[in-house]
Amino acid sequence: MLAFYRRLYPFKPIFHWLNHAPTPEDLFTKREVAFNLPGDVMIRYQSFADVDEFKRQVCKLNPTRFEIGPVYTSRPRDRKTARAGSFNPIARELVFDIDMTDYDPVRTCCSSADICKRCWAFIAAAVRVLDTAIRDQFGYEHLLWVYSGRRGIHLWISDQEAMRLTDEQRKAIVNWLNVVPKDESKRLNVRFGSRALPASLKAALDHLAMVFTELILLDQNCFESEKGSAALLRLIPDTRVVDALETQWASGLSSSEVKWKDFQTQIKSYKKDSSQRAQLIAAMEDIILQYTYPRLDENVSKKRNHLLKAPFCVHPKTGRICVPVDPAHIDEFDPEAVPTVTQLLGELDAADGADGVEHHSDWERTSLRPYVEMLEKHNQRMMDEVRRERRGTGTFLSASRSPQLNHSADMSW
Amino acid sequence: MFKIEARSTVFESSDKIQVELHKDVKHPHRLSFYDKPPLYDVSIEEFETSALNRLRILAEIESSAARNRTWEETKTVTTTQCEKYLPLKSSSALGVDRESQRRADHLGHFVLRLAFCRSEELRRRFVKAETTLFKIRYETDDSTERELFLSSRDFNWIAVDKVEKEKYKQGLLSYHSRVDSFEAERYYKVRWTRVPDLVDKRKIFLKGGWAYVPSREQSSIVYQEFETHLERDLLATARYMPRLDEDTRLKGILDNLSQGFLAGVSSEWSSTSTDLNGQSITADMVDDLAAKHFPMCMRNSHQKLRADHRLNHFGRLQYGLFLKVLGLSVEEAIRFWRTSFDRITDDTFNKMYKYNIRHSYGLEGKRANYPAHSCQQILTSGGDPGCPFRHFSAENLRSALVSMYGLKSEDLNEVMSTVKANHFHVACTRVFEIKHASSGVKKGDGTGGGESVTHPNQYAAKSMELAKAQEEKAAAMVVGP
Repeated sequence: MLAFYRRLYPFKPIFHWLNHAPTPEDLFTKREVAFNLPGDVMIRYQSFADVDEFKRQVCKLNPTRFEIGPVYTSRPRDRKTARAGSFNPIARELVFDIDMTDYDPVRTCCSSADICKRCWAFIAAAVRVLDTAIRDQFGYEHLLWVYSGRRGIHLWISDQEAMRLTDEQRKAIVNWLNVVPKDESKRLNVRFGSRALPASLKAALDHLAMVFTELILLDQNCFESEKGSAALLRLIPDTRVVDALETQWASGLSSSEVKWKDFQTQIKSYKKDSSQRAQLIAAMEDIILQYTYPRLDENVSKKRNHLLKAPFCVHPKTGRICVPVDPAHIDEFDPEAVPTVTQLLGELDAADGADGVEHHSDWERTSLRPYVEMLEKHNQRMMDEVRRERRGTGTFLSASRSPQLNHSADMSW
Repeated sequence: MFKIEARSTVFESSDKIQVELHKDVKHPHRLSFYDKPPLYDVSIEEFETSALNRLRILAEIESSAARNRTWEETKTVTTTQCEKYLPLKSSSALGVDRESQRRADHLGHFVLRLAFCRSEELRRRFVKAETTLFKIRYETDDSTERELFLSSRDFNWIAVDKVEKEKYKQGLLSYHSRVDSFEAERYYKVRWTRVPDLVDKRKIFLKGGWAYVPSREQSSIVYQEFETHLERDLLATARYMPRLDEDTRLKGILDNLSQGFLAGVSSEWSSTSTDLNGQSITADMVDDLAAKHFPMCMRNSHQKLRADHRLNHFGRLQYGLFLKVLGLSVEEAIRFWRTSFDRITDDTFNKMYKYNIRHSYGLEGKRANYPAHSCQQILTSGGDPGCPFRHFSAENLRSALVSMYGLKSEDLNEVMSTVKANHFHVACTRVFEIKHASSGVKKGDGTGGGESVTHPNQYAAKSMELAKAQEEKAAAMVVGP
């Protein structure tokens, strides 16, 4: 583990990512980092002046993993010297966590902690929908998706406005995005009366309808079992249709696809423009959403001071690295192909050969490289924007505040 | 450099405003965002009364929330209370001193800011109650005057033009209730962060971080603005508080005010209520009155006194003053206490207790007319005897409620859960309501007009009033045809 931190962990890119600028600012120096040590020991409220100190401390404590918290009004490690009540979180990335366990009621391939390539399709669908929704509806651009190392995925949003959101605003965005009720037996409640889906969900539905056919009907075959079809029937609001389908399906086993077709045939038995038909079509849309729409772990997002595992940490159970994921290629991502810490150290030994000299950024010589480069590109876009903004709002101010910043920009010219 | 210049102009202009303030109409609108602090001389008395009156309203709003009143109920109760303690008439109202009403409103708000900026908890509660008050006033405000108020401030919303509206027509329509009224609907664009409540309920169209707010939801922007504005100002005030704490004249008042949220503000109960009932009370009547009309704290003291034939110093003080205000004359009080302490000799009684009784009636020592203790004093006292709702253990309270008031289990559970949430006066008020259900008191009525119990004497007086009214009614029935 220590070798991993000393030689592989990309401290500098992580620092840039948290700091939004090349030289340490409040975003980094007043940021809480919490260490998880073996035996469920947690050291909270750590903070560092610069990236070297950060790395030194990580190597000294050699934690199993560490988590990122909010930016506070003063340095977290000095919090005891702050006046009572004046040590408060003021900023933090807007984070989301999607966990496979929330999908247990609708997946048939694995359960609880297990994950396979097949259930990853749920996550892939969720990423697609969330990524589009947040970019389109909320206008945020700096989204970093990170595989959590086992069965979930995290999203970190670093836009200025997103960083500054209050807890109340975070709660609002979560409720806006969250659609599937916690209680499995409840139906979706997203419409006002019998009206059409709100625009935000209509957009998601177009994509999810495709996912539904492939994933729910064909791959997972959710409705084949008796339990599965009972769950489906519970979501249909028309008793006549439910009775008809029940008798139809009682005779023998039919696949999910056939059952879904039966349901659609039943809908068509009502006249066009009849209220029953409209109601059932709405129910059908709701069912598609219920089975495929992203399921968020709300509590992670709602509070500014929630801690979340840092990217590139090692998952303690699987040994896999929490690597960034490109949302454009989310469907091709294979969680089982993510490098593990043992694999990386092995690669390093092989590359070292006989000389055995340790380098700082040894990740370049391992299969971790593409992932770190992904983060660096993300950082570059973010830092470009910050720089542009500072120039725009007054060269005077930014020049006096961080001369090195402009200097280095000139150099790169 | 630029910054400093900018600041100095601000200072200059604020100086100007201060001078002009005395010439101009100070409060052109009934609604206010309380932008400018009161920059005039205020007497200590005005300082305190304006704040106390406002606190009454805010406390009532808080207890409305604790008692799960609906929005309409809260609105009615608050409006009635406002009428009584903090009238604020519209600009068109005739024959009222609008300016002084608005001045009191303005001043009270700022004094309470001082009292409630001190802790996170107080700030949160104050902002919540003030925002509710603002909402109620906003809703009840005259519509033309509200328009005037809205245009007097820059809310930084961008009106959505025809082209843009047409562009997002499908999206906007999916949040719109009726297709036919869509053409006439006006939309305003703000960053979504300014209307989190609308986002939370998925009520508006969002695009690129902009919320398209229809005019019927416009108030959301206003409320949110009021809230953020107040939150920010309170934090700023909190930073200056240490300096103010040196002012000894104000510190006591402010401390007292910030406690007011705990039990609500009670009226001074220092005069006797005998005139109210047209009869004085004698020592022999106390037993009967205690069973029928006393709030739990006083019944507890009475029972203790009867059971132990003694009562500790604070118990005697608290109970004695309560009886005094209830209408027990000093002679009767001496007789009452003498018979209660039936295990001591006349001599000890005269030496140890008589002086104190006469003292509390203002007949000895500094001859002050001591008021009876309010709920706030009892709640914040050490707890012996204290307020049963706060100081009893859950089991004791449960059995006491059954034995004293004969509460049924569903009522009991309701009261206990209120106590658990630390809403002691709400629990007491609920007991009053249950106890007087036969006199037609319904849930939420409180001691009349939705008022909560804030003083033991208020409880007793209202209870006796109700009993008398019922007696008269019964008498009228007998006499009547």
